[in-house]
Amino acid sequence: MASLLGVLFDGLAYGMLLFLVSVGLSVTLGLMNFVNLAHGAFAMLGGYVCVVLMQRWGVPFLMALPAAFVASAAAGLILERVLYRRFYRRSHLDQVLVTIGLVFMAIAVATWMFGPQQQPLRLPGALSGQWTLLGVDLNVYRCFLLVVGALLAWTLTLVLERTRFGAAVRAAVDDARVAEALGVRVTLVFQLTFAVGCGLAGLGGALGVEVLGLDPTFPLKYIVYFLLVVAVGGTGSLKGPLFAALLLGVADVAGKYYLPQVGAFILYAIMVLLLIVRPQGLVARA
Amino acid sequence: MTSVLRTEGLSKRFGDFQVLDRVTLQLPQGARHAVIGPNGAGKTTLINLLTGTVRPTAGEVYVESERVTSLRPEQRVRRGLVRTFQVNNLFSDLTVLESVLLAACERTGAALDAWRALTTRTAEIDAARATLRLLKLEGAAQVRTRDLAYGEQRLLEIALALACKPRILLLDEPAAGVPRRESVALFEAIAGLPGDLTVLFIEHDMDLVFRFAQRITVLVAGAILTEGTPREIAGDARVKQVYLGRAA
Amino acid sequence: MRLRTGWLEVLFWSVLAAGYVLWPSQLPFASQVLIAGLFALSYDLILGYAGILSLGHAAYFGVGAYAAGLLAAHGWGEPISGLVAAGLVAGLAGLVTSPLVVRGTDLTRLMITTGLGLLLFELANRLGAITGGVDGLQGVEMQPLLGAWRFDIYGRTAYGYVLAVVFVLFLAARRLVRSPFGLSLRGIRGNPGRMRAIGCRVDLHLAAVYAFAAAYAGVAGALLSQTTQFVGLDVLSFSRSAELLVMLIVGGAGLLYGGFVGAAVFMIAHHYLSSLDPVYWQFWLGAGLVIIVLLGRDGILGFFHRRRSSAASAP
Repeated sequence: MASLLGVLFDGLAYGMLLFLVSVGLSVTLGLMNFVNLAHGAFAMLGGYVCVVLMQRWGVPFLMALPAAFVASAAAGLILERVLYRRFYRRSHLDQVLVTIGLVFMAIAVATWMFGPQQQPLRLPGALSGQWTLLGVDLNVYRCFLLVVGALLAWTLTLVLERTRFGAAVRAAVDDARVAEALGVRVTLVFQLTFAVGCGLAGLGGALGVEVLGLDPTFPLKYIVYFLLVVAVGGTGSLKGPLFAALLLGVADVAGKYYLPQVGAFILYAIMVLLLIVRPQGLVARA
Repeated sequence: MTSVLRTEGLSKRFGDFQVLDRVTLQLPQGARHAVIGPNGAGKTTLINLLTGTVRPTAGEVYVESERVTSLRPEQRVRRGLVRTFQVNNLFSDLTVLESVLLAACERTGAALDAWRALTTRTAEIDAARATLRLLKLEGAAQVRTRDLAYGEQRLLEIALALACKPRILLLDEPAAGVPRRESVALFEAIAGLPGDLTVLFIEHDMDLVFRFAQRITVLVAGAILTEGTPREIAGDARVKQVYLGRAA
Repeated sequence: MRLRTGWLEVLFWSVLAAGYVLWPSQLPFASQVLIAGLFALSYDLILGYAGILSLGHAAYFGVGAYAAGLLAAHGWGEPISGLVAAGLVAGLAGLVTSPLVVRGTDLTRLMITTGLGLLLFELANRLGAITGGVDGLQGVEMQPLLGAWRFDIYGRTAYGYVLAVVFVLFLAARRLVRSPFGLSLRGIRGNPGRMRAIGCRVDLHLAAVYAFAAAYAGVAGALLSQTTQFVGLDVLSFSRSAELLVMLIVGGAGLLYGGFVGAAVFMIAHHYLSSLDPVYWQFWLGAGLVIIVLLGRDGILGFFHRRRSSAASAP
């Protein structure tokens, strides 16, 4: 029983990370129909920014997190203007090629700058250690992840549902041309959404150094997880990816805990099965 | 009189919206039948239901005496039910001849041959060229579709359908976007199609409809308002009110 | 369709046949390039001609590689029958999985093929008792080709064997793309909806070419394990699928020879750049991809093809 709760808890914390990293991908996919396989590179950037700030300049962890967000968002903003924008109307093949190219470049640059090894991260004392609650050992950092993730998901929902910007995003997801005709500046909405999505990935990457690890192959290693979140959650909404990411987190942790010999096999099998049964995602848009 | 194409109570509902309401039609062989009606009357939905790209909520479609309601689009094509599209729906990278050959090879089953060279398929090539001649497109046979003038692309729309050797040809606004002078020529080409071919067409231009249709069905809000010869339709007060009145 | 048998084609294959004289010390490497070229040709059939976007084509390469490797490791070392068997097994795998792949949009195809590829990789990884897992399959021993030529360490027999197989399969693929079926594939790539409207059973055509291409990929994989007498887990890896895409795009998709040109350029560049520094290679690979797509994704052959046709149409 205790281990079940522990697995559930770890899985949810892991799922929150996946959500943070993937939500940008799924929203931009829904918004711009753009397949960004390089999404993981923005998460990796956030991770490295966080690690470098902490190690070389002694910046505290909680200050390094927003910096990771800003750095990835800025990188996203620039790339959107310089490169991505040219490909919104091109075929998915072109999008896949360009973003795979970016993944290779990102891996090379990261290896050149930081070497191929895993990056260590020293968590502040307040966030390390365990709490024991009702006989279950709770890792403090994972509690922190859960809280941060839930807060961010809640904020994102509020922004999307209550603000003018959110309304513009929803209108653009629904039908970009109609939204444009109604006076929504779709290009700007695209740009900002893309930047925020990249920023969240960067934040997720920084938060995830402790859990997901950080080395130059990060963008390639986790492509499948991001695609899974999108495949299961559907595109263009928040609830879908959140639900999917939590489900995946729990499934992955439980799989590794209870059936270690099967490994990632179950995860891939679930992905293929889901795609067969529900090609539009579990939480399909109406 | 036996009908080649027949529908019975054909209906389609999208959510709360009744797009098509109990449409019953009968087309004898060789018919030149027009379907007219204001925008949103359900004309294109009717064609989609006839060809099977959209499933009806109720009702049946028959070709000759065979019920085809549950057949897939490509199966209906094999029964001789072929359509064209209101917006050009072509193969922009292929030449005109290649495009028509596609349809010709599908019809004869040659399309499943992965061994013999296309150039040895003389029967299909001759059939494709004959189709192009029928629509006066033979001069453009080697032109790539994307380089074709718009009016010629509209003709290629029809050529693609004709190359399937249809028994019933469904034309969804064949002259859409074509300048007046060319649209008459286009309809003359349609009028010159073999007499045993049954043609159902949607058209907005009333002059063209009254000139080329033998019978006209008026669709309003998804239901048949009336059906008759051009003379009957032209004299029908209700048609004038809901359709011609608004257009004029 | 537009390509006729030209002197360039004759030259291409003649140069390859003259490989024994032109690059006698590089025969094993040249065999690898040919195998990659065959694999890329198989991918060209589904991507370049039929327009199926896949990131999991290594699955069939790997199935073929393991099929041939396992046969040889368990005593069936006769190369040609092993090759045929591997091709059939991979083709069957393609046929069985084709219903999952051919329906759906680019995006679902992309994810399904990625998922299938990873699934197979994990399966091979977990079935270490059969596949050798991460250590690779050992004990692949080939009998002499046609009972006469031993597979020598200089790769002379292997080169001739690979070249002959690749040439025969190339001829068949060339027939396919020039046949009515090949035309229907180009029609489907351009406009699947209209193909249905003229009576084409699109899914059937796509399933057929997918299975056919899978068999080709399987033969390529089998050639690799037979000539190297080893099967590593990397035959199924995601990066093999991704590199395949790059090779074809570099060479030019939908032109039949693009896969060979792309494979050669890719592997030679890989060889030289990564001997300088592996990081260079990866960076320029990525940058090259971005540039190629920015320039309009014609690839090397497409570039010359376009120049030739524009020169021909000039007065």
